[in-house]
Amino acid sequence: MRIRSITLAALAACALAVSACSAGDLGSSEDKSGGGKVTLSFLVDNSEDTVKAAEQVAKDFTAKNPDITVKVETRPGGGEGDNLVKTRLSTGEMSDVFMYNSGSLFQAIAPTKNLVPLDDQPWVGQLVENFKTTVSAEGKAYGAPWGTFSAGAVMYNRKIYSDLGLQVPKTWAEFMANNAKIKAAGKAPVIQTYQDTWTSQLFVLGDFHNVSAAEPDFAERYTKNQAKYATSAAALKGFQHQQDAYDAGYFNKDFASLKVSDGLKKLANAEGAHYPILSGVLAELAANYPDKTNDIGMFPLPGDDAAKNGMTVWTPAGVYIPTSTEGAKLDAAKKFVTYIASPDGCDSQTAASTPTGPYGVKGCQLPADVSQVAKDIQSYIDKPGASSLALEFVSPIKGPALEQITVEVGSGIRSAKDGAALYDQDVKKQAQQLGLPGW
Amino acid sequence: MATTTVNRGTTPSVATAPAPRGARMRSPYPYWFYLPTAVIYGTLFLLPTFAAFYFSLTRWSIFESKFIGFGNFISFFQEPALVKGLTNTLIYGVVTSGLKVVLGMLLAVLLTSRIVARGYLRSVVFFPVLLSGIGVGIMFQVLMNPDRGLINKSLALIGVDGPAWLTDPQLALLSVALVDVWKGVGLATLIYIAGIVSIPQEYFEAAKVDGAGPSSSFWHIILPLARPATVTVIILSLIGGLRSFDLIWATTRGGPGFSSDVIASVIYKQYQAGFYGLSTAGNVILFLLVTGIVLPLFWFLSRKEVDL
Repeated sequence: MRIRSITLAALAACALAVSACSAGDLGSSEDKSGGGKVTLSFLVDNSEDTVKAAEQVAKDFTAKNPDITVKVETRPGGGEGDNLVKTRLSTGEMSDVFMYNSGSLFQAIAPTKNLVPLDDQPWVGQLVENFKTTVSAEGKAYGAPWGTFSAGAVMYNRKIYSDLGLQVPKTWAEFMANNAKIKAAGKAPVIQTYQDTWTSQLFVLGDFHNVSAAEPDFAERYTKNQAKYATSAAALKGFQHQQDAYDAGYFNKDFASLKVSDGLKKLANAEGAHYPILSGVLAELAANYPDKTNDIGMFPLPGDDAAKNGMTVWTPAGVYIPTSTEGAKLDAAKKFVTYIASPDGCDSQTAASTPTGPYGVKGCQLPADVSQVAKDIQSYIDKPGASSLALEFVSPIKGPALEQITVEVGSGIRSAKDGAALYDQDVKKQAQQLGLPGW
Repeated sequence: MATTTVNRGTTPSVATAPAPRGARMRSPYPYWFYLPTAVIYGTLFLLPTFAAFYFSLTRWSIFESKFIGFGNFISFFQEPALVKGLTNTLIYGVVTSGLKVVLGMLLAVLLTSRIVARGYLRSVVFFPVLLSGIGVGIMFQVLMNPDRGLINKSLALIGVDGPAWLTDPQLALLSVALVDVWKGVGLATLIYIAGIVSIPQEYFEAAKVDGAGPSSSFWHIILPLARPATVTVIILSLIGGLRSFDLIWATTRGGPGFSSDVIASVIYKQYQAGFYGLSTAGNVILFLLVTGIVLPLFWFLSRKEVDL
């Protein structure tokens, strides 16, 4: 009687332990499917464009390496995805290969501890330098580029520009003058979509080229707790511009209740002229309004000095191998990553997605029929001194509450100066969390 | 009390022989019988609770944690969103709980009177309680859309220019509170119906004989005698309101900006941002806050009940 009950208790405890493990085992199921064959799991975010490209790459890779099958898994984007990636890394349950941001978010997943260094791989020498630094920690590279460079800038409707006889503005004053004419023509000068809160940050994030043009050491001093958004005249301008555009009544009336897809609709249908956004959303526009894609162009958020006009650029995401991938799988994973970082890999991605800028690997070509937006971005990147990496790629600190703060500034709830000061406090928390010296 | 004192004399024999029936206030089950439950309770409840108290004192990045004393509590209280979140939490808790008491009582009076289709109406009122908070949130996000939502389109038909329910910073929190009331008033009504039905009919008859109208039997019979139900409704809806999260997150995500942030959403955003230690500290504070408000309130309300 007693013994049986103890067995029962032990069984219950075992059942608990077993169920605790199985939940996270998604990544490593179907380990060995036959002699010499390996199945890799590849975790990507769940945006349509990424999933399509990932599946294409997996298919083309298996065609060349019949012994290796790649299974694409998806995860949510944004903060939820960050948590998922961190949790799976810390429990050793990460997929064999995974795609994740480069830059400050890459630094936050403790790469030296959790990722396999890929320095010894032949393709590392082919990486574009700007990308390589954003996937490196303590002098070692950990990732291959996924997708293309993109820009945080103003998408604009070229039809409205030609109808009204406008010129692409090189300074903020010219931009506001254009806005006045567009408003007079009965269209929304600037599209804002605050139901997707991240889109509200572009006035600030996309202004970084202007900040670093005016204060070249801003990123470094900002990381060392010496420069602040609220007290640096150049950095404050981004917040100020957003407030000015709101105060002038240049936003679409329903800015508070729209999402990105609504904003793109307005832009494509020429109901609105400017949309400060990341160029990556072009894929959605191209999918929904294929005949209007080439009406859309892109120019940088203008600053004060026409001579220093230039674009703020986002680097591609990275593809990484976690330390939990071992043995035959590690070899297969390295092969897969090598394929992604080769011109063939770029072509696979181009075939299934909408590239909006140059790839992070030397030797990758964009197709001849590439979009106008990609051409515009390329022209700034090719011109020396006309582009800068966004702050999140040159400093490990990005405060998590920026999107709420810029929604407030862009909705007239908070002044630009207050918003910048509030963001400085947010940045402080992030820096302390990262354990940076000087905070 | 008396029995235990009397039986205390017999305890020495208990040690040697199997316990006679009722010899002590002892459980009939041997201790190892509790073991499975204790293991489950210990690993799933006790351990995480104490771990939470510890991690609230660290800077924790999931990969490593560093002890920083009360630093998290200090930065949590310096959080600019906190004051806003705290006042919003209180406003939300008081508004939802107050409206649920008033509306629940009125609906219960209606639904205990002799009306047509009473059973059907009762289930209609209760139905929203069964829905998931996220589902209701998403539904109302669509209904309350300022330009395309059903609510403002209906208002436009009668010539009223509806407000931007969820995107106006002045209104957002109250709009969510109204949705919460819509969703939760069924439970309050149910509790009140039980309370009212249990009032003996004799009181109403006696009152009628003394010439009391419907309004005075409401004020002098139903209201005082349904007090236990009122206490339950206030406590339940206040606790629910203070720690409410799902509905707010599904409708506004604490926005626009921070204008409908409550403590729970502030904590969630910190967790999302990877400030695990800080958000754990926030949870410890939320736990203390809810206990600090609800426990005295419960004592106060139930003491009044005894006095009655």
